[in-house]
Amino acid sequence: MIETPTPAFEVSSVSFDYEGIPAIRGLSLQIGKGERVALVGANGSGKSTLLRILDGLYFPAVGSVKFQGESLTADRLRRNGYALTFRRQVALVFQNPDVQLFNPTVFDEVAYGPLQLRWAREEVIRRVEETLSTMGIAQLKDRPPYRLSGGEKKRVALASVLVLDPEVLLLDEPTAALDPKSQSQIVDLIQQWKGTSKSVVTATHQLEIVEDIADRVLVLEAGAVIAAGTPSEILSDEGLLLRANLVHAHRHSHGGVVHSHPHRHGHSHDEHSH
Amino acid sequence: MSQDSFIETTMRAFTRAFSKALISERGANQPGLLQFLDPRVRVVGVLFLVVSVILCRKISVVAAVMALAVVIAVASRLSLWLLATRVWFVVLGFAGFIALPALFVTPGSPIFTVPGTHLAVSAQGLRTSALLILRVETAATLTTILVLCTSWTHILKALRSLHLPVEIVTMLAMTHRYVFLLIETASQMFESRQSRMVGQLAGPDRRRLMARTAGVLLSKSVELSHEVYLAMLSRGFDGEVHILSVLRLRVRDYLGMAAFLSVSCLAVWIGR
Repeated sequence: MIETPTPAFEVSSVSFDYEGIPAIRGLSLQIGKGERVALVGANGSGKSTLLRILDGLYFPAVGSVKFQGESLTADRLRRNGYALTFRRQVALVFQNPDVQLFNPTVFDEVAYGPLQLRWAREEVIRRVEETLSTMGIAQLKDRPPYRLSGGEKKRVALASVLVLDPEVLLLDEPTAALDPKSQSQIVDLIQQWKGTSKSVVTATHQLEIVEDIADRVLVLEAGAVIAAGTPSEILSDEGLLLRANLVHAHRHSHGGVVHSHPHRHGHSHDEHSH
Repeated sequence: MSQDSFIETTMRAFTRAFSKALISERGANQPGLLQFLDPRVRVVGVLFLVVSVILCRKISVVAAVMALAVVIAVASRLSLWLLATRVWFVVLGFAGFIALPALFVTPGSPIFTVPGTHLAVSAQGLRTSALLILRVETAATLTTILVLCTSWTHILKALRSLHLPVEIVTMLAMTHRYVFLLIETASQMFESRQSRMVGQLAGPDRRRLMARTAGVLLSKSVELSHEVYLAMLSRGFDGEVHILSVLRLRVRDYLGMAAFLSVSCLAVWIGR
């Protein structure tokens, strides 16, 4: 098990399956307070499921999850008082922003969380305006979210959870399917949280952003952690990345010489450039 | 219908659905008679009027309530053309189709016989059909006016204040949440289909295309509803509806409620 000081989350021997199909298998890990962790793995490796377990949306059939030392169970979350505290402290940004944007306007969307958590009306308005301005989307506040571009939707989805100023942020593929400018804006945002008390867990298979968004990387394969380490340790282990399907052998030619080597997509600092 | 017109018509229908939603939100935010009242008063008031229309047996009284609905629509700054295209023509088609047999099967003194047949229209049949169509038109007009003048969140909040069970309000909230996503998904499916098609589709192929699209959409809707629910849960949804504006009954709301109640009772009494 990976040990970190002052855990925000403690996951012990957790298994979870979707109607008999295993998604998480005997997984144990800890997420420290203020820690930035990247979960990397190919599609279907269990990253999204793990985030949903951490967000108290799914509950494991086997094993236990603790948040700040207290068991995270369906019964406990059914208690209104605890649910309000937990939802205030832990927020998840879904991979598909469309499922997260369901209000008539961007303003209503960002106000949804605080209203559900019974914040005072004046506080809601103040925080929503502040968040929209910080995220650079104040001009979108009266627009219907389903009419926005992909990058704008992602920023509204992020704003809709950042407005709560949560202690733990769970991000599911935050930069997937975004143009380079939108990607870099989101990476910049995650970088700003470095050194703060916020724990940030980001699920991604985009290796090129890992060094910028995480202090620790967990590699997932078939619902289990197969490796953990610093971004440089993980990214320099080509064998591990090949095994986890995060890179692939790529055959091509330079000056008439045909050769093959592990290939990543994107723009990591030390990758082969095309 | 050609393949192009079939797909294009479907895509235009999706775009219209989006536009309609936008019109509804816009209507709810503009100043007007109904918008002036508390959403709970609007919901209860319209409910009273609809019930009174159902209980009313006189065409003249139902027609008077219909006229009142039109006045409310105009005073609430709604477009009558919008009501005509959204409600009146559509309801006339449906309700007219259902009411048609009543013209001939209702016993009574015949006033007209269809040439070359033994089918006779009775005075009672004509009255029954007219009453049915007018009732449906009036009830549909009233509820559409309510929806066009009230944001969805306010309607849900009003329904909760009236002690409608959380489960029902949740179902309504979920339906509204993901219906737009489904429309968008369907629209993308049709666009994708159109971009890969050359030539014409025969009638049976068009029907197969529709059936397949409906099947895929149904499967996606189940998955989507689950995802949207999780996203709502993640942000603290517990079945209750919380909105930014504070609902507080004022003098004008009590007056409005009294007016709705009086008109409804009067309609039932005169039209009994």
